[in-house]
Amino acid sequence: MFANWPLLSLLIWLPIVGAVPVLLAGDRRPDRARWLSLLITVLTFLVSLAMLPPFDVANAAMQLQENHVWIPLLNVNYHLGVDGISVALILLTTFTTVLVIVGAWGSIDTRVNQYMAAMLVLEGLMIGVFCAMDALLFYVFFEGMLIPMFILIGVWGGARRVYATLKFFIYTFFGSIFMLVGLIYLYFKAGSFELSALQQVGLGAREQAWLFFAFLIAFAVKVPMWPVHTWLPDAHVEAPTGGSVILAAIMLKIGGYGFIRFSLPITPDASQEYAWVVIAMSLIAVVYIGYVALVQEDMKKLIAYSSIAHMGFVTLGIFIALALTRDLNNPLTARLGIQGAMVQMISHGFISGAMFSCVGVLYDRMHTRMIRDYGGVVNTMPRFATLFVFFAMANCGLPGTSGFVGEFWVILAAFAANPWVAAFAAFTLIIGAAYTLWLVKRVIFGEIGNDHVAKLQDLNGRETFVLVAFALAVLLFGLWPKPLSALMDAPIAHLVQQILTSKGA
Amino acid sequence: MMNLTDLLTLLPESFLTAAICALLLLDLFVKPAQRNITHYCAIAILAVTAWLVFDGNAAPSAFGGMFVHDGVAQILKLSILLVSALVFVYARGYLRDRDLYVGEYYVLCLFAVLGMMFLVSAGNLVMIYLGLELLALSSYALVALQRDSGLSSEAAIKYFVLGALASGMLLYGMSMIYGATGTLDLTKIHAASVASAHPSLLLFGVVFVVVGLGFKFGAAPFHMWLPDVYQGAPTAVTVFIGSAPKLAAFGMAYRLLESGLGGVAPHWQQMLSVLAVASLAVGNIGAIAQSNLKRMLAYSTISHVGFLLLGLINGTPAGYAAAMFYAISYAVTATVAFGMIMLLARAGFEAEEIDDFKGLNQRAPWFAFIMSLTMFSLAGVPPLFGFYAKFLVLKAVVDADQLWLAVVAAVFAIVGIYYYLRVIKVMYFDPTAQGESHALHADAPMRWIISLNGLSLFALLAGWGTLYGWCARAFGIVQ
Repeated sequence: MFANWPLLSLLIWLPIVGAVPVLLAGDRRPDRARWLSLLITVLTFLVSLAMLPPFDVANAAMQLQENHVWIPLLNVNYHLGVDGISVALILLTTFTTVLVIVGAWGSIDTRVNQYMAAMLVLEGLMIGVFCAMDALLFYVFFEGMLIPMFILIGVWGGARRVYATLKFFIYTFFGSIFMLVGLIYLYFKAGSFELSALQQVGLGAREQAWLFFAFLIAFAVKVPMWPVHTWLPDAHVEAPTGGSVILAAIMLKIGGYGFIRFSLPITPDASQEYAWVVIAMSLIAVVYIGYVALVQEDMKKLIAYSSIAHMGFVTLGIFIALALTRDLNNPLTARLGIQGAMVQMISHGFISGAMFSCVGVLYDRMHTRMIRDYGGVVNTMPRFATLFVFFAMANCGLPGTSGFVGEFWVILAAFAANPWVAAFAAFTLIIGAAYTLWLVKRVIFGEIGNDHVAKLQDLNGRETFVLVAFALAVLLFGLWPKPLSALMDAPIAHLVQQILTSKGA
Repeated sequence: MMNLTDLLTLLPESFLTAAICALLLLDLFVKPAQRNITHYCAIAILAVTAWLVFDGNAAPSAFGGMFVHDGVAQILKLSILLVSALVFVYARGYLRDRDLYVGEYYVLCLFAVLGMMFLVSAGNLVMIYLGLELLALSSYALVALQRDSGLSSEAAIKYFVLGALASGMLLYGMSMIYGATGTLDLTKIHAASVASAHPSLLLFGVVFVVVGLGFKFGAAPFHMWLPDVYQGAPTAVTVFIGSAPKLAAFGMAYRLLESGLGGVAPHWQQMLSVLAVASLAVGNIGAIAQSNLKRMLAYSTISHVGFLLLGLINGTPAGYAAAMFYAISYAVTATVAFGMIMLLARAGFEAEEIDDFKGLNQRAPWFAFIMSLTMFSLAGVPPLFGFYAKFLVLKAVVDADQLWLAVVAAVFAIVGIYYYLRVIKVMYFDPTAQGESHALHADAPMRWIISLNGLSLFALLAGWGTLYGWCARAFGIVQ
C-alpha cells in the first residue's frame, strides 16, 4: 500500500517540517516539545520500515526513486533513490534518533524545544544524505547537517563547547568545500550532477587523482581518519549525550558512505593507485589511535578515540577491496571486505551510540566524565553495569555481538590481500580489549570509589529502554547478520563490478 | 531626434524624477509628527517605479543608444527598487529614535536610486558618469546626515575625498578610451576595442577604469574607505549604501567592461582576478579582527566583492549571470544583517558591537534565528541563499578553466566561516550581558518584513532556480 507514496521525501521532510511545531511549542512547555518530537521520530521510523516491503533486495539498482526538476537551467534535479546500503543506513538513522529523543528526556532541561527541533532537522538532513542521487542535492544535505550539529554542541555542550563546535564546523567545512570544486569540475565533464552520470564519465589518470584527493579530504575528515581526526575527541567530549550519539552512530558513517558512493565508483583507478595511502592511514588509526585511547582519563574521550579506531576498520575494508579486485582478481573476497566495512559501520552505530548513552547515564548522575571519579559502580547500579559490560564486550569485538562480524570479515578480506595488513589490523582485537576492559575495570568493578558512587540510583525505565533497545540490536546482528548482508549484497556486488572496470579516458 | 518611444522607454526614470521633486515639496508642508506621510509616499514611489519598469512597453534602447533598456537593466532596477524599499522599512524606527527622521533622508536615497537606475541602463560613457555622480553625491550627503557626530563627519569627508579621487580616475580613463576610439558610445567602443591591433592607449584607459571601478566596488586594494564609512555612517544609511549600490556597481562594471571594452577582455580579466584574490584575502582576514559588527560586515562586503568579481572574469553569459545572481543575493542578505542592527538598536544605544548580540536567543529567539540564517547565508552554507550564489560563481570560475582561482576562493570561504560563526556563537552560546534584558521595540512592519526577508534566504531553496533563470535569460542564455 505504500508503494506509490513518495516515501523518501516523506522520510526527509517529515522530521524537518515536524521541527516547526516543536519549535513553536515554546520554552515553557518542555513536555509538549518532548512528546511531539517523540511522535515525529517514531512516525519517521515507521515510515522507514514501510520502505522494506516494496524494496527488492536482489536488485542492485536504485529503488523508490523520485525525480523532480530542481534547477532546469543547470540540469540539477531533486533526485532521490535508495539501494540496500542506503536502506541499512537510513534504518540506523531513524532507529537511533528515536532512542536519542527518549534519552534526552531527562538530561536536557533548558530550551528543550530548540534541542528537539535541532535533532529533528538533523535527522531529516542525514536521511537526505543517504537518499540523494544528485551530487548537488547530496552536497546541500551534507553541509546543511553542520548547522544543527553546530547549535547542538554549542548550546547544550560542556565547558569547552564553543571551541569544540567551532573546530567541528570549520574542520568539516574545510573538508567538503574542495569536494564542491571537484563536483563542479565533474559537472562540466558529465553535463549534470546526476550520480549515475558522474560514475560513467570517463576521466584521465591525472583528473582522477585530483578528484580522488578532493573526495578524500571531504570524507576523511568526516570519518574521521588519522591525521584529520582531531576535531572528533573535542566535539564528542563537549557535545551533549544525544549529540555524541548522533555524531558517532550516524554522522561518521556519512564519511564511509561517501567513499562508497563517490570515491570508488567515480575515481576507481585513482582509488586503486592510492589505496595504499588510505590503507596505511587506516592501520595507523587502528593501532596508534588504539594506544591513544588507552591513556585517556575522560570516558567520552576514550570512546571517541575508540570510534576512530573502529572507523579505521571501515576504511580498511573499503580500500582493501580495491587491491583484491584489481591486483589479485578476487572479486568475491573484495565483496567480503566491503560487506565487512558496511556491517562494521552499522554495528559501530549501535555500539558507540550505546556506549555514549551509558556515559550519559553516568554523567547525568555524577556530572563528571573522569574515570577516576568512578569505581565500583556495579555495587550500586547492577542493571546498568550488566548492560555496560555487554556493550564493552561488543566494543572489543566479542563473537556473538555485532562488533565481531564486521571486524572478522574485514580481517579475512585483508588476509587474502596481504597477511601483514591483516596482522596489523588484528592488533585492534588486543588493544580494543585492553582499553575497553580497563575502562570497565576502573569504572564498574572494584570497591565503591567514593560517596557519590555510593549514592547512585540504578537505571530508570526510560534509560533501560534505550540501552536494552541498543543491546537487542547488537545481539541480533551479532548472532544473525544475514538480513543485513543480504540487504547490502546486491549493491556491493554491483560496486565491485564498477571498480573492476577502468575509467581511463 | 527625440520621439515618443524614447520618452516611453524613459518613463520609469522620468516618473521617479518628477516624484522626487514632488516629495521634496510635499515634505516642506509635513509636520515632523506626520513624517510617516513622507515615509509611505517614498515607498509608494518605489513601488510605482517598479511597476513601470516591469510593465513598460519600452524599446531596447533610446536616445540614440544613450539609454539601454534590456533584461539586465530591468532585473537590476527591480532589485534596486526592492532593496531600497526594504531599507526604508527598516530605517524608520532607527531614524526616529535619533532625530534623523527627516525628509532629506528619503529624498537623497531616492536620488541615489535614480542615479543607480541610469547607471545600470547606461549606453554611453557620459551616462555612466552622470549616473555614478548622482549616486555618489547623494551618498556623501547621506553619510553626513548625522551632522553633530564626529565619526559621521569624518566618514563623510573620507568618503567624499576618496570617492572624488575615484571619479577622477574613472573620468581620466574614459578620456583615454575616448582618445583611443574616438567615441563615447559603448557599442562603438566595443567594436573599436575588438578591431584595435595595438591597443596601448586603450589599455591605459582600461587600467584607470578598472581602478575607478575597484574604488566604487570597494575591492582591495582600493577598499580603505569602506570600513570607516560603514562604521561612521548612521546604520540607516549604512544599510542603504551597503546593499543597493552593489547591484548598481555590478551593472556599471558589466556596461563598461563587457558592453564597452569586451574586445580587450583578457586584459581586464587578469586585472580583475588580481583584485578578486586581494579582496578575498583582505576582506576575510580583516573581518576576523573586528569587534564592531558594522565594521565586520564592511570587511565581509569586501570579500563578497571579491567573489562577485570572480564571476565577471569568466567573460561568458553564464559568468555574468552568476555575478548578477551573486550581487542580488548579497544585497538581499546584507539588508537583513544591517536591518537586525537597527532592530536591536534603540534611542541612545546602537547595538553595533558584536557583543551587543550576546544571548539574543534568550531575549528574542525568533530574531536570533533570523540573524543566524543571515549569517549562515553570508558564509555560504547550504541550504541557504548565499550558498547557491557562491556555487554559481565557483561554477563560472571552473568553467573558465581557472581551477586555482576556485581553490583560492574556497580557501577564503573557509576563513570567512569563522567570523560569521562568531556572531552566531555570541547569540546562542553566550549568556545575556547584565542589564541587557530589554524588550525589542521595533515597529510591527519592520518585524514582519525583516522576518520575511530573513526567511526568504531559506525559502529560496526551492525558488533560486527561477531567479537564476531570469538572470540567465537576461544575458541571453536560453534553455
